[in-house]
Amino acid sequence: MKRSDKELGLLHRRFGRRTLLVGGLQLGFMGLLAGRMRYLQVEQADQYRLLAEENRINDRLIAPERGELFDRNGEIIAQNTPSYRIIIVREDAGDVDDVLLNLSQLVHIDPAEMEKLKAELYRSPPFLPITVADQVSWDDISRVAVNAPSLPGITPEVGLARNYPQGADFAHVVGYVGPVSDFDLSKLEAPNPVLKIPRFQIGKVGLESKLEDQLRGQAGAKRVEVNAAGRVMRELDRQDGVKGTDLQLTVDARLQRYVQARLGGESAAAVIMDCDTGDLRAIASSPAFDPNLFVRGISVADYNRLTSNKYRPLANKTVQGTYPPGSTFKMVTALAALEAGVIGPEDTVWCPGHMQVGNRRFHCWKRGGHGHMDLKNSLKQSCDVYYYDVAMKVGINKITEMANRLGLGVRHDLPMSAVAQGLTPTTDWKQRVHDESWLIGDTANASIGQGFMLASPMQLAVMTARLATGRAVSPRLVKSQDGAEQTGGAGESLGLNPTNLRYIREAMYDTSNDRRGTAYGSRIIDDAFRMAGKTGTSQVRNITAAERAAGVTKNEDLPWERRDHALFVNFAPFDRPKFAVAVVVEHGGGGSKAAAPIARDITLQALYDGTPPLEAYPAKDRERIAAQQKELNQPPPGALRGSDRA
Amino acid sequence: MSFLEYNVKSTPTGFRKLLFLNWPLTLLLAAAAGVGFMMLYSVAGGSMSPWAEQQMERFALGMAVMLVVALIPIWFWRNLSGVAYLFGLALLVAVEFFGTVGMGAQRWIDLGFMQLQPSELMKIAVVMMLAAYYDWLPAKRISHPFFVLLPVLIVLLPTALIIKQPDLGTSLLLVVGSGGVMFLAGVHWGYFAAVIAAGVALILAVFQSRGTDWQLLNDYQYRRIDIFLDPSQEPLGAGYHITQSKIALGSGGWSGRGFMQGTQTRLNFLPEKHTDFIFTTLAEEFGFVGGVSLLIIYGLIVLFCIVTAVSTRDRFAQLVSFGVAITFFLFFAVNMSMVMGLAPVVGVPLPLVSYGGSAMLVLLAAFGLVQSANIHRPR
Repeated sequence: MKRSDKELGLLHRRFGRRTLLVGGLQLGFMGLLAGRMRYLQVEQADQYRLLAEENRINDRLIAPERGELFDRNGEIIAQNTPSYRIIIVREDAGDVDDVLLNLSQLVHIDPAEMEKLKAELYRSPPFLPITVADQVSWDDISRVAVNAPSLPGITPEVGLARNYPQGADFAHVVGYVGPVSDFDLSKLEAPNPVLKIPRFQIGKVGLESKLEDQLRGQAGAKRVEVNAAGRVMRELDRQDGVKGTDLQLTVDARLQRYVQARLGGESAAAVIMDCDTGDLRAIASSPAFDPNLFVRGISVADYNRLTSNKYRPLANKTVQGTYPPGSTFKMVTALAALEAGVIGPEDTVWCPGHMQVGNRRFHCWKRGGHGHMDLKNSLKQSCDVYYYDVAMKVGINKITEMANRLGLGVRHDLPMSAVAQGLTPTTDWKQRVHDESWLIGDTANASIGQGFMLASPMQLAVMTARLATGRAVSPRLVKSQDGAEQTGGAGESLGLNPTNLRYIREAMYDTSNDRRGTAYGSRIIDDAFRMAGKTGTSQVRNITAAERAAGVTKNEDLPWERRDHALFVNFAPFDRPKFAVAVVVEHGGGGSKAAAPIARDITLQALYDGTPPLEAYPAKDRERIAAQQKELNQPPPGALRGSDRA
Repeated sequence: MSFLEYNVKSTPTGFRKLLFLNWPLTLLLAAAAGVGFMMLYSVAGGSMSPWAEQQMERFALGMAVMLVVALIPIWFWRNLSGVAYLFGLALLVAVEFFGTVGMGAQRWIDLGFMQLQPSELMKIAVVMMLAAYYDWLPAKRISHPFFVLLPVLIVLLPTALIIKQPDLGTSLLLVVGSGGVMFLAGVHWGYFAAVIAAGVALILAVFQSRGTDWQLLNDYQYRRIDIFLDPSQEPLGAGYHITQSKIALGSGGWSGRGFMQGTQTRLNFLPEKHTDFIFTTLAEEFGFVGGVSLLIIYGLIVLFCIVTAVSTRDRFAQLVSFGVAITFFLFFAVNMSMVMGLAPVVGVPLPLVSYGGSAMLVLLAAFGLVQSANIHRPR
């Protein structure tokens, strides 16, 4: 179309004006953009630079090495061993199926496991490492390492895992660790971030759990550069963690192994304590279990096997099990009466085999009675009637008070799980808990360690050590932390009359060494190492009148769980006590038969610090002992030590 | 309507035309594309593939297209405007039926050797159509309501199709760019005042309608607006793009962290780092200096187009050159505003730099029109 010049001129002028306007607007907007750039990049640069660093840099925790456990001689009890595993990163592997096929020719992988693994691999982000095989042997790892070129994406990894080289022998001493569970986390208000490290292990039971804070150590940290997907590109900085405290226990591993073996398959517990320091030289509960099973998470089958066993292998009977102390309590009753001044050591009681207390007849274990009994004879022969009579004179509250002074009914501070308080009843206690008034019959029962009275084997050992020394010896399990010796459990004097204590000790000596003593059969012949002890046989049931009439009271005829508990406490050597021992054999029958021999053998092992010579045993037992020593796989009797002594 | 109508005093012919090519503009285009190659090389972690190499090939092809377009007289293109417009419209309809869905929107037609975005083509086709329209329209009718409504329909028809894809960014660009061309053509300013007033009212209505039955936008669009207004609302969610992009820009500082040293880019914190957000890489690695340099290159490109527009007396050439300048300007202005947190995240690439075939080819063809206007201007 042809336009007139006038029209063209008009349009062109208007175009020119509007060009200036639009161009100006554009220029202005570009100025705004430049200004914004200046604001972000020059004025706020520092702030954004910091944000970029935070984006890029990620701090990750490094699991600290757990403190190790040693016995008193430095033998290893719990250690951290390298644990190898094989991991795969899908995005590095290329053909995953092919790589896994190659791998399965080198390392055995269960086909069902393999299917699960593949499913997991395809579900996870490609850069995430997935564990193919855990706890792989060194051989397998080397084979994988050598064949690395044909296994892209596969890396052998090493981590630390708890290991208990002593196996079952220390299961009850130190407990075990295990992977952190959701339950563990739920118990904590502000869980330490270290617990969230995959595969981190914490103490679950026993010392491992009680001393978790010392053993855990402090996590280290590494600073890594990550991309937006969280994949680690490189490590920038690393600060290693601080290893947990190494603990040296008071336990003697060699003795502990012996005790555990000596208890054998019985459901039993034994404690041997150093009278001077309170050191627990061995603290064994039988049957035990392999704590290594728990470290990676125990299988259901294994766990069921442990829980369904009627001998309760998971229970640490030394501190958790409480038993009526039976006749081993008689020292307490006697000492309470002596200290109260209500009897003298020469005072006698007539034992016709029973005694009328209130409206009930209390029997002595010896149907025909013991005749005239003084303190020494009553303890030696374990006459019950004597103690019924003494208890009537001194009263239950004084007996209980004495029991508490000797360490019964008191929760001792030990780094073990569920340490039992036991039970030493008083009149108030019965009123409070059972809402019944105390009966005189209860006192009679308590005087011979029956009825409400309950004590753990560990408490019985403490009682014996206190009787042997007159000091408030208390048990100690940790000898030193990172080489720093811990305070001992020697204790202050109990303030007991030394003469009274001597009467008790002498009576205990006779129990073991007098021909008529209940533990004469389990004496020590070696004059330097004579021991003083006390048997106990505690009933777990009431003998019915019908049973008594029928005369079916023989333990062997009863089902296992209704048989009597066998107990024995002792200290040795008599003249300068070094060790106090308590042995409880659950439903083992008579204390003199089932418990005393074990206690004697343990004592001898400890005194000789190794296998004792046969001469220390009563002559008629030697043949049997020799066979037993062989069976327990001990080295032949210490010839050197024996000849030294000769 | 033949080109013989024009009073041509002297125009170069044959290959002499190449001498009259606007060489500074050509070099500036190459410079902007060169920045793009560098950034694509960098975001690929120092590698020509997968982006830089292909982008170079497309640029070479685009330059060839530009030269061809430039050598053909501008009046030929004017006469082709209607055809181009109808062709673009047909493609937009075709994309409705045969288009490939990408990033939640239907935008591409797969041509085998490349992905064609008809909406890119349409931006230039509409500018050409409007320029041709005003070239034909007698001056006294320009502000006549009927003759204002006609170009508005020309614009709104493709806009409606593009919104439906849905591609809000491109449709807004199209409307604003076309408005610019109409303004330059001399339409009475009262219309623009009315439209702007209506626009403000519409924005208010959009916000008022939220959550009611007559809600005007999709929920995701509202969310984008929310997050644009306050990116910290959702630093890992939808606000992630803006937050990370601002961090990248800010951490670049005055002179940047150095070529290939940008941690935000290197470590994949940036989204769409090779397309819409490529400016952040430039700003992170070359800092304020790098960012402003690119802005100056862009500004000069716009300036040369405007100079071409004012130095010709051919009305079609004027309007097309300026229309291309406005479209190009809107591209980079919106992209940069978005990256700097001044505008909501709408899918607009950085012209000549972002990885993308259609945009590059169409833009260079459009600059071919400007070059043609320059070569064939009556002297």
